[in-house]
Amino acid sequence: MSGAAVHTLVKPPRYFTPGVWVIAAVAAVGGLCWLYRMTFGLGAATHLSAAYPWGIWIGIDVACGVALAAGGFTSAFLAHLLHREAYHAVVRPALLTAAIGYTFVALGVMTDLGRYWAMWHVMMPSMWQPNSVLFEVAICVMCYLTVLYIEFAPIVFERFIGRVSLPGLLGRLNGPVDGVLRFLDTVLGKVMTVFVVLGVLLSCMHQSSLGTLMVISGTKLHPLWQSPFLPLMFLLSAFAVGYPMVIFESVIAHRSLGLKVETKVLSLLARYTPIILTLYLGVKVFDLFRRGVAGEVLAGTFASNLFIAEVTIGAILPILIFAIPRFRRSVAGLFIGACLVILGLVMNRLDVFLIAYSPLDQAAHYTPSFMEIAVTAGFIATMVLIYRFVVLNFPVIEELDVPGRAAAREHAHAAGEPRARELDASPDGELEQIRVLRGRGLGAIAQGVK
Amino acid sequence: MRESLGEPRRVSLPVLDGPAIGQPTTDRRGFVKLTGAAMVALATGSASAGHERVDLSDERMGVLVDLTECVGCRRCEFACAEANQNPHGKLEDYDDQSVFEHRRRPTPESLSVVNRFEDPADGKTPVFTKIQCMHCEHAPCVSACLVGAMEKQADGSVTYDASKCIGCRYCMMACPFERLAYEFDNALTPRVRKCQLCQHRTKVGQMPACVEICPVEALTYGKRDELVKYAHELIAANPERYVDHVYGETEGGGTSWLYVADRPFAELGFPDLKTRSRAETTEAIQHGIFQGFIAPIALASVLTGFNFLTKRGHKA
Repeated sequence: MSGAAVHTLVKPPRYFTPGVWVIAAVAAVGGLCWLYRMTFGLGAATHLSAAYPWGIWIGIDVACGVALAAGGFTSAFLAHLLHREAYHAVVRPALLTAAIGYTFVALGVMTDLGRYWAMWHVMMPSMWQPNSVLFEVAICVMCYLTVLYIEFAPIVFERFIGRVSLPGLLGRLNGPVDGVLRFLDTVLGKVMTVFVVLGVLLSCMHQSSLGTLMVISGTKLHPLWQSPFLPLMFLLSAFAVGYPMVIFESVIAHRSLGLKVETKVLSLLARYTPIILTLYLGVKVFDLFRRGVAGEVLAGTFASNLFIAEVTIGAILPILIFAIPRFRRSVAGLFIGACLVILGLVMNRLDVFLIAYSPLDQAAHYTPSFMEIAVTAGFIATMVLIYRFVVLNFPVIEELDVPGRAAAREHAHAAGEPRARELDASPDGELEQIRVLRGRGLGAIAQGVK
Repeated sequence: MRESLGEPRRVSLPVLDGPAIGQPTTDRRGFVKLTGAAMVALATGSASAGHERVDLSDERMGVLVDLTECVGCRRCEFACAEANQNPHGKLEDYDDQSVFEHRRRPTPESLSVVNRFEDPADGKTPVFTKIQCMHCEHAPCVSACLVGAMEKQADGSVTYDASKCIGCRYCMMACPFERLAYEFDNALTPRVRKCQLCQHRTKVGQMPACVEICPVEALTYGKRDELVKYAHELIAANPERYVDHVYGETEGGGTSWLYVADRPFAELGFPDLKTRSRAETTEAIQHGIFQGFIAPIALASVLTGFNFLTKRGHKA
């Protein structure tokens, strides 16, 4: 965001470009395959079997999807709960990603459920089974999805307050609807902190439980991964992937929309990643020794090599890249580092849910069918399309001149953001930024600069 | 023939109207009952925080399989298909021995299957293993199911209720024996299929179909506790005939189906499981983290505190 306020606003580009058409085509193919699966069943559309009851729809759409949406709560924590104002610019895109991401996690689950029409059973207290880890995950994900929509609501209000124009006869309701939006906006503004706290809490709960999920598979999961510490490791890796995911999207979105990449704020964000990754790595190593399987790492087997690759790509390399200021401050360094963390996380979740999972029947194999891949790719493509539509029409990215931009500024001012903005406008380097961002001193320094 | 001991083969049937056990009751393990000690407990190496044993009825039933008796006639497969309204041919069709060429597992159509294991060492007679759901004492599938479609019943059976099931198949991921089958080819109403210990038959005083049909009495239906005792007596009385191992007595926390054999079970395709059910481990973690809701409440308080403190500092 650095100096977003001093940037001149940029007219949003048109929605369709050749690249967007390609993405739309992937989404369309995925949509058709999805319809096929919903009509003709799992057996017809997938390569799932009794030996491999779960495939990529759980491994990628759900397990990776939940973790990669962690940018939402991690950046909300930083900006809204720790009041690190410099990060406000990344909060909205991260929130949008999380809201879209979780929506598609829910869709992914639904696609994978054999009796998807019975999904509502999960909401019936009479059927709740609180020993089930999946129950905890399901309830938390449902609640968090609701929280995400509530957190996103002010952005929708900003877009429509003062601009409500319903078609035809409904036009008469413009005034009342506008009034309702203003009322909701005011009320929500007062209680939003509750939802931010709730969002972080629910995230911590289900990100960790997602790790507990595979503990029950026991020896079917390779000892390098199977551990009662899985919940802690899943939680830490979700924390770790949050900011890299924000960096990844921000770089791609800004490039795609013809905007300058916000290197300054992203490199500030990237400072946290090596710390969390080191912690994650520490727990992983400690756990291997604690369970006495550290030797397995050097066994030279497929599993051990996979483990080494996963840890190197997802933790060791990004720690080095993000810890070196010169790399961290370049767009290339930021992007490569972020990609590595994301790739490492995806490898980890796939290892735990699919690759390091081996059924008793050693002859059994699972490779996803074309339709499974098409549906997953289609979901990802659809998420990109929705993201693009929303940022081009709602005040999400600060530099874009979309309806509601002025109202968004008002909100930001009310949150005490302008002081941080003015600081950003000064040409000082990262060090001063860091000093400024050390919470408590912020007000005093802001006064001093004034 | 093995030396016979007082046959518990036809034992009095238990009262079956009791409530389902293994299901949470609100005061015992409500979701709302949590202590935050989980991570601490884990970190200190005791994963048993929050561990609560499922109450098991003394009246629960089980089946003892004497693998030294089984002749691989597959009549149990026929009886099972018939009792569960699965497609089946005539009894003679089950004389077909060619199915033994491949290792089989229970399928939606055959909830119980027999496999043949040749003796690797010498020309001893092959061993036939009848396998089906083991009806675990502390069943991971029951623990895994988020809508309570899997239940451990007072009579020892682990039953599946399709009317609750949402089709997530987490039970199959959880099953340590991989004995659950799924109707993948059913587009809209797929079911998990498993042996239900012939609950519909035992309720009306009949034997499980496989036990009833077995021509060599390799299967014994009875109270599980008595069967364990009986199995040990059998082994003690015929030490040359059996390895000293009652499979299912402790495996995975114990199962309702018990096996005795003349060679190590590892050679017969039976998984080598710890004596602790995996359900115990996950429940210890889950209930540890959430016990008394202390951890979530503490986290929420800390977050709110952060918000308050940094806001004040910011305004100072």
